[in-house]
Amino acid sequence: MTEPAKAKNALELDDLSVAYRVNGRNRAVLRNLSLTIGQGEAYGLVGESGCGKSTVALTVVRYLPRNGSITGGAISLDGQDVMKLDGEALRRARAESVSMVYQDPGKALNPSIRIGRQLTEIFELAGISGKGAEDRAIAMLNRVRISDPAGVMQRYPHQLSGGMQQRVAIAMALANDPSMLILDEPTTGLDATVEAEVLDLIAQLRRELSASILFISHNLAVVSNMCDRVGVLYAGMLVEEGPTDVVFNDPRHPYTVALLRCLPRGGQRKDQGRLDTIPGFLPGIGAAIKGCAFADRCALADERCRTELPPLYDLSDQRGTRQSRCHYHDKAQALPRTTPSDGASAPKPATAPVLRVAGLNKTYASHGHALRAVKDVSLDLRPGETLGLVGESGSGKTTFARLLLGLVPPDDGGTIELEGKALAPKLANRGDDQVKAMQIVFQNPDSALNRSHSIRHILGRALKRLAGLSGKAQEARLEDLIRSVRLTDRHLAVKPRQLSGGLKQRVAIARAFAGDPRIVVCDEPTSALDVSVQAAILNLLADLQAKQDVSYIFISHDLGVVRYLSDNIAVLYLGRIMELGPSEEVFSGPHHPYTEALLSAVPKLDQTETARIRLDGEIPSATNPPPGCVFQTRCPRKIGPICEQQEPPLAEAQPGHSIRCHIPYSELAQLQKAAVTELA
Amino acid sequence: MSALETTSPAQDDTRRRGPLAETLFSLMRSRTFLVGFAIVLFWVACALFGEHFAPYDPLADDIINALAPPSSEHWFGTDQIGRDVFSRVIVGSRDILTVAPLATVLATIAGTALGLLTGYFRGLVDDVVSRILEAFMAIPVVIVALLAIVALGTSKTTVIVVIGLSFAPIIARTVRSAVMAERELDYVAAAQLRHESAFHTMFVEILPNVIPPILVETTVRLGYAIFAVATLSFMGFGIQPPSPDWGLSISSNYGMIGGGFWWTVLFDALAIASLVIGVNLAADGVHGAFND
Repeated sequence: MTEPAKAKNALELDDLSVAYRVNGRNRAVLRNLSLTIGQGEAYGLVGESGCGKSTVALTVVRYLPRNGSITGGAISLDGQDVMKLDGEALRRARAESVSMVYQDPGKALNPSIRIGRQLTEIFELAGISGKGAEDRAIAMLNRVRISDPAGVMQRYPHQLSGGMQQRVAIAMALANDPSMLILDEPTTGLDATVEAEVLDLIAQLRRELSASILFISHNLAVVSNMCDRVGVLYAGMLVEEGPTDVVFNDPRHPYTVALLRCLPRGGQRKDQGRLDTIPGFLPGIGAAIKGCAFADRCALADERCRTELPPLYDLSDQRGTRQSRCHYHDKAQALPRTTPSDGASAPKPATAPVLRVAGLNKTYASHGHALRAVKDVSLDLRPGETLGLVGESGSGKTTFARLLLGLVPPDDGGTIELEGKALAPKLANRGDDQVKAMQIVFQNPDSALNRSHSIRHILGRALKRLAGLSGKAQEARLEDLIRSVRLTDRHLAVKPRQLSGGLKQRVAIARAFAGDPRIVVCDEPTSALDVSVQAAILNLLADLQAKQDVSYIFISHDLGVVRYLSDNIAVLYLGRIMELGPSEEVFSGPHHPYTEALLSAVPKLDQTETARIRLDGEIPSATNPPPGCVFQTRCPRKIGPICEQQEPPLAEAQPGHSIRCHIPYSELAQLQKAAVTELA
Repeated sequence: MSALETTSPAQDDTRRRGPLAETLFSLMRSRTFLVGFAIVLFWVACALFGEHFAPYDPLADDIINALAPPSSEHWFGTDQIGRDVFSRVIVGSRDILTVAPLATVLATIAGTALGLLTGYFRGLVDDVVSRILEAFMAIPVVIVALLAIVALGTSKTTVIVVIGLSFAPIIARTVRSAVMAERELDYVAAAQLRHESAFHTMFVEILPNVIPPILVETTVRLGYAIFAVATLSFMGFGIQPPSPDWGLSISSNYGMIGGGFWWTVLFDALAIASLVIGVNLAADGVHGAFND
């Protein structure tokens, strides 16, 4: 079905309203949404979870859940009215002119069918069969830069890494040369290095293909790198729209301003003040909105904002067409901070370490092979300090944390000392005091909080066991505890499921702090949260640390977040520390080539692109690590056979800053400086 | 700071209902459950108040009217000593509806405890206990019943214990797999980081979260228990005369079918079938409500 003349716009949404029927009532999810995506244009849609981003994607292909319905407006895909399509025409439109790539490639591919079959099926639908379909499938895999397409065709999805799976999903989406490609958080579940790879691929494909892109993401930096124009969605309404760089550098809606301020940017650190947050919550779906949807959370809002729905003011200028749904768009950037920027914590004087880890190893037996999840890790942690642990998934971050806590016993030989006393390897053999001194905030509060218990029960039990309190004393301490994480009495009676993600994580933090711990392990505590909530949680952690002199071991894949909170950083790769040093030095460099690659992979909002280093291939299996330096198979700065033969020691390059690399420190400095200037 | 203090934790009314209330709500909208529940309720009413609305005394014989076919006087006819089959079917629900549920409750309690132990401790405890349970499951109920009756004599208690213990391993297996999934969740690690006892972790932390699969399994087992009781009674190892129990009645009358006296057996058989179907429909509904 090739139309000679293409419509002017690939996608037009005109005054679109969508509602979900919940408990017998229609609740508005999208409210009078209008947007257009031109041919070949990449349009980014951003906003917090629950604002309707994914609903837009589903509506475009008329794939809403059973309780969803389009209550008004029109959708035009390539000039075709989607609303008027009947079953067969709709099926053809979905098969031929629009494709979707979802967040989790593992779920988008059929686990029990080989990749080849899944790909050829698409061509068979289009009427090409046999050898022809196979050739096309291989061509598609080549196009998404899979190096061994014939081999990959023979494999099952689980035999591919996450990045490869997403490439295959993209290949499938592009198979019929769609005019519209919808990407719904395509890199959210992926490691930063893999994310960078996939984003590069999408950027390259954009140049080769004519497809227009609707790119949905909560990650502003990703959108800013990928898209020509961006729309900011709030409570199902478009609140701001315009060229990406203009919107992000000169936002004209308080919500955009606030979202941008929540991110730790430009190397901001906890001792330089707190992050800004957005108070309150997104209005629930179907909430009646009078006036501006954001008014309740906006410090600039006045009477007019609360009563009169702002139209989309046209703010087009020579930089492009743009609009903002704010009565006071010219003043938006004057939005006062909700969090005072002070509250900075002073640097700590040097004291004896609270935690000392020496020669820690963990070996798992995996199908007869030894899997060395953690190898020879030694480090110190001082009171009131944060040690950031970074590395791709599979690098041993979480295993290391579990070893410290005693949830998993380490191999014989290594030692963990807490305040000068050796800790038993097994949790059961540790003293009560030692157990309460080290607690954890887990990544996923839904798993960490018992869903059958009330918040009062959860925290009360923690106080009883960890602080030895009961009765009146427990009640009094409970009050203090919930106040310290900024919850109120009202939150005590409810079960975890009745709280939002951010509130649940506060409960988890309160539980960890119940027994006045010396060390709290934070295992990706904000990765499941929206940026505005993330900022509030990071502020809370920084405040608690300043007040109670507690030390953190902070695990995160988000380097901006790690940088904000950490005093020292340990970079892990295949269970080994590749680099260990003060946060600023690790970030500013010279650093280990792996750290360099990790930093380079992070999409940046300000588009001051540093050296682009992309890691090839996947993290090798820990059961069969490469000989010599474990990073040599992917290292962009590999110097020669020495890297393949000898494992470099973790050598102190500067006082307190160690790097595991054969390249001398001074040479690393030169190489990395050269790389930066080369690009500039 | 932030307006946490000003925002209600329950943001919209879809969240306001508790999980239990939500399950009940969806049960009440499940036609399968309602039909099954109505059938079960009918038989429960018969068991409780049967003698008040049964037209005759189910035990009173009337030799002159023996083996009378169904008529307006005796709706379901009479048996070989002239007892009214209709009254016997109604009152006959009593014993089976005492024995089967009690056996199921016993199986649930024992199975839950075993499932928690094997699922929580895993390793050696799991290997040993699970092998024993599997061996136990391999022996047919009838043989266990025979042995138990030889050892303990026939009584309702024996039937309850035999069926309860035969079903316990099956429930234990369901509970074990649910517990093993729960055990991987971080709240269990958090309990360990408070040095909680294994008992506390199993019964206070994990148990409330595995109630849904236990309830589903219990309702399913109840259907099987009813069938098992009827079978044992039919074979003479279960409920004993002079009870008008269905299985027992079929057993004492099935020789008559050849003589064309079908009514002495058919209505008892239909009663067993309807009760089992009712329980299974209700179980289906419960399963659906918990797995939506």
